[in-house]
Amino acid sequence: MSRPFMLGAVLSAGFILMALLSLIWTPYDHTGLNIPQKLLPPGGAHLLGTDHLGRDILSMVMVGSRTSLAVALVALAIGFSVGVPLGLAAAANKGNWLDEAIMRGNDIVFAFPLLVMAILITAVFGPSAVNAIIAFGLFNIPVFARVTRGAALPLWEREFIMAARVAGKAAPRVSLEHILPNILNVLIVQATVQFALGIQVEAALSFVGLGVQPPTPSLGRMLADAQTLVTLAPHLAIVPGVAIILIVLGLNLLGDGLRDILDPRLRRRPA
Amino acid sequence: MQRYIVKRLGSLLFSLLVASVVIFVVIEIAPGDPAAFMLGINAQPDTLAALRAELGLDAPKIQRYFAWIGGMLSGDFGTSYTYRTPVSDMVADRIAVSIPLAVFALLLSVLIAIPAGILAAAKRNKSADLAVLGATQMGVAVPNFWFAMMLVLVFAIKWRWFPAGGFPGWEDGLWPAIRALTLPAIALALPQAAILTRVMRSALLDVLGEDYMRTARAKGLSRRQTLWRHGLRNAMIPVLTIVGLQFSFLFAGTIIIEQVFYLPGLGRLIFQSISNRDLIVVESVVMLVVFGVIVINFVVDLAYAAVDPRLRDRT
Amino acid sequence: MTMLQIDNLCLDIHGTEILHDISLSVGPGEILAVTGESGSGKSLTALAALQLLPQGATMRGQITLADRPLSDLTEAELCARRGRDIGMVFQEPMTALNPVQTIGAQVAETVRQHHHISRRAARLRAEETLVRVGLSPDRCPPDRYPHQLSGGQRQRVVIAIAIVLGPQVLVADEPTTALDVTTQAQILQLLARLAREDGMGLMLITHDLAVVAQHADRIAVMRHGAIVETGTARAVLSNPQHAYTQSLLRAATRRVELPPRTATTPLLSVQNLSRSYRMPRRRLLESPQLVQAVHDVSFDIQRGERVGLVGESGCGKSTLTRAILGLEPLQSGRVTLAGTAISPDKHVIRAARRHMQVVFQDPFGSFNPRHKVRRLICEPLHLLDTAPSENERNRMVDEALFDVGLTSSDADRYIHEFSGGQRQRIAIARALLIKPDLVIFDEAVSALDVSVRRRILDLIALLSSRHGLTYLFISHDLSVVRSVTDRVMVMQAGKIVEEGSTHNVFTNPRHPYTRKLVAAVPHLDTTELPH
Repeated sequence: MSRPFMLGAVLSAGFILMALLSLIWTPYDHTGLNIPQKLLPPGGAHLLGTDHLGRDILSMVMVGSRTSLAVALVALAIGFSVGVPLGLAAAANKGNWLDEAIMRGNDIVFAFPLLVMAILITAVFGPSAVNAIIAFGLFNIPVFARVTRGAALPLWEREFIMAARVAGKAAPRVSLEHILPNILNVLIVQATVQFALGIQVEAALSFVGLGVQPPTPSLGRMLADAQTLVTLAPHLAIVPGVAIILIVLGLNLLGDGLRDILDPRLRRRPA
Repeated sequence: MQRYIVKRLGSLLFSLLVASVVIFVVIEIAPGDPAAFMLGINAQPDTLAALRAELGLDAPKIQRYFAWIGGMLSGDFGTSYTYRTPVSDMVADRIAVSIPLAVFALLLSVLIAIPAGILAAAKRNKSADLAVLGATQMGVAVPNFWFAMMLVLVFAIKWRWFPAGGFPGWEDGLWPAIRALTLPAIALALPQAAILTRVMRSALLDVLGEDYMRTARAKGLSRRQTLWRHGLRNAMIPVLTIVGLQFSFLFAGTIIIEQVFYLPGLGRLIFQSISNRDLIVVESVVMLVVFGVIVINFVVDLAYAAVDPRLRDRT
Repeated sequence: MTMLQIDNLCLDIHGTEILHDISLSVGPGEILAVTGESGSGKSLTALAALQLLPQGATMRGQITLADRPLSDLTEAELCARRGRDIGMVFQEPMTALNPVQTIGAQVAETVRQHHHISRRAARLRAEETLVRVGLSPDRCPPDRYPHQLSGGQRQRVVIAIAIVLGPQVLVADEPTTALDVTTQAQILQLLARLAREDGMGLMLITHDLAVVAQHADRIAVMRHGAIVETGTARAVLSNPQHAYTQSLLRAATRRVELPPRTATTPLLSVQNLSRSYRMPRRRLLESPQLVQAVHDVSFDIQRGERVGLVGESGCGKSTLTRAILGLEPLQSGRVTLAGTAISPDKHVIRAARRHMQVVFQDPFGSFNPRHKVRRLICEPLHLLDTAPSENERNRMVDEALFDVGLTSSDADRYIHEFSGGQRQRIAIARALLIKPDLVIFDEAVSALDVSVRRRILDLIALLSSRHGLTYLFISHDLSVVRSVTDRVMVMQAGKIVEEGSTHNVFTNPRHPYTRKLVAAVPHLDTTELPH
């Protein structure tokens, strides 16, 4: 276990626990307006200060992290559960119409930058957290399909896969029994990367008003509110920004560490 | 080589075709009638019908798709529902901000990342490498629009080195324009530079383990000569992919950064149009951005073939 | 006078002793063969001669190049000698060249690195050297890129890079291991010729004793990082002193005792099998070229027969194997196994696979690393209609493991706990578990060291006499095929060009290609050694 990996694990676990804790307890009611107590700097009764409506920032960060993590996680689940089977199917049918169709479809989705996709979806259905999730979920599908196919293809040339086929197993079964377990490490690492990206995407979309809508707090929404007040009270922007950085940093360090731990090439071979 | 180009060109046209159909269909199913929106809730049915005919909204969908595409190809992007001005005119002004900003940011990103990546790879596991790695780990985690806010706070408000926002236009000379774009470009570039540095470093490290690097050492080349003469060009292959991806990303990223700096670019145009439900503008600008992304990917594919002779003989 | 002298070389990597007290010397025009099995330290000895050691290596002892001890030299002085006084040829020609530079430029680089001459002059020198190693400009111009060349041609380029400045010593590390047998013979002749013509000392690292026998003046046999025996080639090969050398020689020369053939009823019949692939178009409006990977191949295998299939890489033997196994659809032709024609139908293929199993080449790649041996061996049981009970299954696994010389406790270990030879035994156990009528050995011993290979071949012979196996043994290695088959087929460019009893084909080849192949095989016949 390397030190960066431990740091990543602690940071990720810390924020996830804090988000879960916010379900049952926060220092203050995050919706409670308290105008006399507005724009308090960090310290004192409000550990991280208050915003322009006098709401407690620590409580908002706790609830906001929960929203951000949830958005990122659901979008990740969409991308993983659709993209991985597509990638496995493409690799199992390399070169035929199915593979071609999947990869072509991927290219098309890739041509739409994430933000453009979110803009299109918002233009049609209006801005909401669900639409932000759908946009990022759609974006994740080709990412996972591509990574899965790329990792699975060399395995199909390996002899143990041929041995399994000679042993009478059909392609879907080979994919599930032999391919998937052997590429799971790659997928887990990719999942942490996409998870971290999801946090940033939620923040960006909510910042420009295409994501989570008021009154639901999210880290991106807090930054959007802070934009006009940043000169007056910099901590309104600094606190949620640092929270985003720490979550993303934690997840990325975790992913890097997992890559090293799960990499079969680094595993010990017999002498 | 010819065949490679033609094949790439074919896939470019196919992507453009499908993307345009997707955009058209999505905008079509968007709720709300632009004519009704423009005239307000008290519109008379006959004026509504007249406006619909004027905007070409009553024609069959297929015909309207081809009219739209035909118009785009000849540079006519239609007429804005809200401003009643040609979209091409609005876009031309905005693009003069967005594209220079994206190019500026890409240049910064490459100029930072390539030397940093080489330094880290050459000093692998030494303190310089660890410092670069730590910095990139931070850089990847920082959201660019938040970083932009912090830059404004420090360099525009506290030290007043740069303007906090707005854009003077290119007419007043190059320098004020570039000054206005500097902070936005830095905000866009640094997170991308962090990613590119990591790619550069790992690509170089991969190449350092290749057999031909040992062959070069056996010829009598020093470590440094091997790195420069044989390592760099081979390492550029994965780096190019990322640079291509980044340009698309930066191009789209300008949309958000423009919000922070109040820059009159494509991004602000899109957001205004969305809130005005000016869908013809959204449609055309989105198509334009997607077109840009697809063309950039095509150019990257060609650059590949220039760097890697193996691709020229492959289909 | 010696060109290269190594005295009492010891080498540690991260504190582990890898080489112990190595002393060698190479004189002008002399060919010294350093031989041994994998892990013996012979490649590191080669790298030490160029002072290109991996990170974390510390060296003791003395290496002298042209009467100057290398330990006195700075890194810059070492660079000035590498490529000029000492050159090196590597094992893997496919990766030893920079893929984005022309071959001419890569040869010229050695020249320009050491002499301040113009780009043009360096290019001319490079072209001359390329001609000298057999790459004439009309057939292989210097502006080609490595990927446009065959493996043998690439190895010639690597040799050109190493000899362009006429070094005193050339170190060749397994220069022909990755090449086909006919190419191997040409490359070895080229190296030997260059050494004699230029009076260059050649240090030839090889695991193949037959290569040693044909070309070396002197031999050093290595094992576990130390030299166990050294002497003239003739003396070492005809009268080996050390027990290890003796066992190596025995392993390389002794014949396998195959049991006599039994009944003869047809088992596998391949009729007019063809399979072609489309090649990428070179020019835009060209019609695509078809490559006939397998062209109108027909043959039969009788029950109890042991048939060999030999050919060089790209001859179509792997396509043929995959077609027989039903891993790839047939384009035309018929494959009949035990009376049923194999068709693309899933059930038919499944039924056919019950009658045949395969053992692949790579002992590291043919097992899922995440499963235990028991599960790996049991995989073919899927082919049976009724799954055996747990007890029955365990009994079958024990039996299969015992059959291949392993024990039942091995069933609960992971595959990475086994050596290459043991893995190949497990692969055989897996193939034999459902008692197939036909076993296909696809390069099954090619990745193994000579003594391990010998034991696996002995095992195949033993299992043949125990179970009366029928098999198709596919290999590029003629001597292996010769030792374990009754009948042999020779494949070239998608066609079977010669077929007959193994003895006849090898002693009296009729087809010109077979003659070329047989002639190219290096012989380890201790009576015809060079003097």
